[in-house]
Amino acid sequence: MTGLADWLAMGGYAGFVWPAYAIAAAVLGGVALYAWQRHRASGIMLARLQGPAEE
Amino acid sequence: MLTRFANPARFMRASGALLPWLGVVAAVVLAIGLVWSLLLAPPDYQQGQSVRIMFIHVPSAWMALSAYLFIAVASAVALVWRHPLAEIAAQAAAPAGAAFTLVCLATGSLWGRPMWGAWWVWDARLTSVLVLFFLYLGYIALVNAFDDQSRGARAGSLLALVGVVNLPIIKFSVDWWNTLHQPASVLRFGGPSIDASMLIPLLIMALGFMLLFGWVLLLRMRTALNERKIRALRLYGQPAPRGATVAAPLPAASRT
Repeated sequence: MTGLADWLAMGGYAGFVWPAYAIAAAVLGGVALYAWQRHRASGIMLARLQGPAEE
Repeated sequence: MLTRFANPARFMRASGALLPWLGVVAAVVLAIGLVWSLLLAPPDYQQGQSVRIMFIHVPSAWMALSAYLFIAVASAVALVWRHPLAEIAAQAAAPAGAAFTLVCLATGSLWGRPMWGAWWVWDARLTSVLVLFFLYLGYIALVNAFDDQSRGARAGSLLALVGVVNLPIIKFSVDWWNTLHQPASVLRFGGPSIDASMLIPLLIMALGFMLLFGWVLLLRMRTALNERKIRALRLYGQPAPRGATVAAPLPAASRT
């Protein structure tokens, strides 16, 4: 258990290391998720307009 | 290769087949990179555990520059050869590039505070990267500022090309001016000066970021092509003519 606590403490830099990784995950994950969701929505809309023929 | 994928229909087929694989590989590489960066890599003898910020800061900086270079090259191709996918590629890359730049700035700030004692300093490296971030935002705003999409794309392409001058300034800012920022330790003459135990996770994270960028790029390009088709279908009840890069001219009936 101390191993985990030590790791989370990051040698006293926890307040800098974890926010850095959290910001990266939020910003890059957000861009990726938004791109994925819009891609999906545009595919569904196009299929609805075109009928069942393409993709 | 450029001309082979000039046909949007062929691009849609190829990218559709590639997309799921790219997503899975990106996720796996990023997972390996994260475990290596946060668990396996040793702490630095001077900077302690804070050095782990490097594993996202440096790759995001590389991607911030690479994505801008990609936009500039695609813009040049769009202006010179009118390649139908070049403008779409440039515009699709911009938000991801801006995101990498933002991550680079934020993580740099979080690293600078414990190491330099300052969240931010107005030195050449930091300021030129901030300018890069505003170039991204300016490009995105300019492209969307025109009612006529082709004019927005043209203006954006020109801005992207002018902004290229910032890239060497960023890269060599640490050599040309006095700065708190450390000089390059990977991409330098004489080979990397960083130990393999840190270089390997750094390169894995860089590869992961690159794959993520590719995945987002393909998603956004496909979305743009889909939305173009949707607009055409709504206007005319049929897809735009082959090779049309913008909305086709108004139907004869609506002209005055």
